[in-house]
Amino acid sequence: MNKIIKTATEGIKDVKSGMTLMFGGFGLCGIPELSIEALKESSVKNLTCISNNAGVDGFGLGLLLEKRQIKKMISSYVGENKLFAELFLSGELDVELTPQGTLAEKIRAGGAGIPGFFTATGVGTKIAEGKMHKDFNGRTYILEESLTADFSFIKAKKADTYGNLIFSKTAENFNPIMATAAKTTIAEVEEIVDIGELSPNEVHLPGVYIQKILVSNEFEKRIEQRTTRSLDA
Amino acid sequence: MSDSKNTGWSREEMAKKASEEIQDGFSVNLGIGIPTLVANYIPKDMSVMLQSENGLLGMGEFPLDSEIDADLINAGKQTVTVVKGASFFSSAESFAMIRGQHIDLTILGAMEVSKDGDIANWMIPGKMVKGMGGAMDLVASAKKVVVVMQHTDKNGNSKLVDRCSLPLTGVKCVTKVITNLGVFNVEEGKFKTLELAPGVEKAPFN
Repeated sequence: MNKIIKTATEGIKDVKSGMTLMFGGFGLCGIPELSIEALKESSVKNLTCISNNAGVDGFGLGLLLEKRQIKKMISSYVGENKLFAELFLSGELDVELTPQGTLAEKIRAGGAGIPGFFTATGVGTKIAEGKMHKDFNGRTYILEESLTADFSFIKAKKADTYGNLIFSKTAENFNPIMATAAKTTIAEVEEIVDIGELSPNEVHLPGVYIQKILVSNEFEKRIEQRTTRSLDA
Repeated sequence: MSDSKNTGWSREEMAKKASEEIQDGFSVNLGIGIPTLVANYIPKDMSVMLQSENGLLGMGEFPLDSEIDADLINAGKQTVTVVKGASFFSSAESFAMIRGQHIDLTILGAMEVSKDGDIANWMIPGKMVKGMGGAMDLVASAKKVVVVMQHTDKNGNSKLVDRCSLPLTGVKCVTKVITNLGVFNVEEGKFKTLELAPGVEKAPFN
């Protein structure tokens, strides 16, 4: 079985309008930029996108917003882009804001075959409205239901041909959990080695979760907030 | 007291005051704004790990120009470095660490804090809502939640209130508030003044 694909277009060819897609990344760090670019060039629309953020104007998921391909976003923090605000305020875009830890756990649970879980996050806030409440050991928790998707698009540093993955630093974020929560996961990587070349000890995510691997050296890896110190500081 | 924004401690002094909450061996999550400045005042002889909820324990200072790495950012999406002993992990692991109370202290900003320890810091009705990010998870689960903020809003109203008027981020979770006017404990449904900034005679509560 060969998991390697040559182009991002090949990776998205079975994505259909109305599907639910997950996109790894935190801000612009560790996003599957090549798959997003390919989706922008496709005609799919009415997508439900699960991603911690929604990109910026002209990059990341901002590209799919520009083409009005997204119907609904499930995210924890959005609005780094003007267009997002416009679409949201005009009612063109539906947004389900979810606390970041709850979002991560919904995805992890979805990938682990767990339909829901109880958390204290959001108790007493708008987030808890309409949700089941239950006390455990004198503390109140709310029931949160897990998330799964038709496709997950993720980004890793290195893969072997089986799909075992190694992530880079904080570009890991939502990528490994999203890989587990979709019917099909496409991993974009910067480097690939033959099966057997990675030590089983160093694998961050087992290849069982990966259906397709796209290798490229053309990642822009845009930086959102370039902050530095000087030597004399 | 309507111009209290210019009274008392500066942002840096508030951050320094907040750094007194940190103990040797602590793991600490610092929010955006004044809380970020707290890192500058952690005593060098203390072993403290800063957690950034995007998947890093052991956050260091900003990088030199030559050290910038697009794969290494903090929760404010700023480029950062790591300290000795740092580790990287997924967002699920990061919030398991938070939810499981392995983080000793969270220091964050707020729009309002009530005398019961409720906090509002994520949305103003009628304005564009950007989301709560990790704030709801952090306030629900850190062992100790300290708020650092200006004492009054733009109109001079105290942000330390009887009841929050804005949508809540969490209930009964804040134990201490540090403002430009002083340091206040949240105790038994009341604000207890622990210290006032120099020149401040009384701090208002709404």
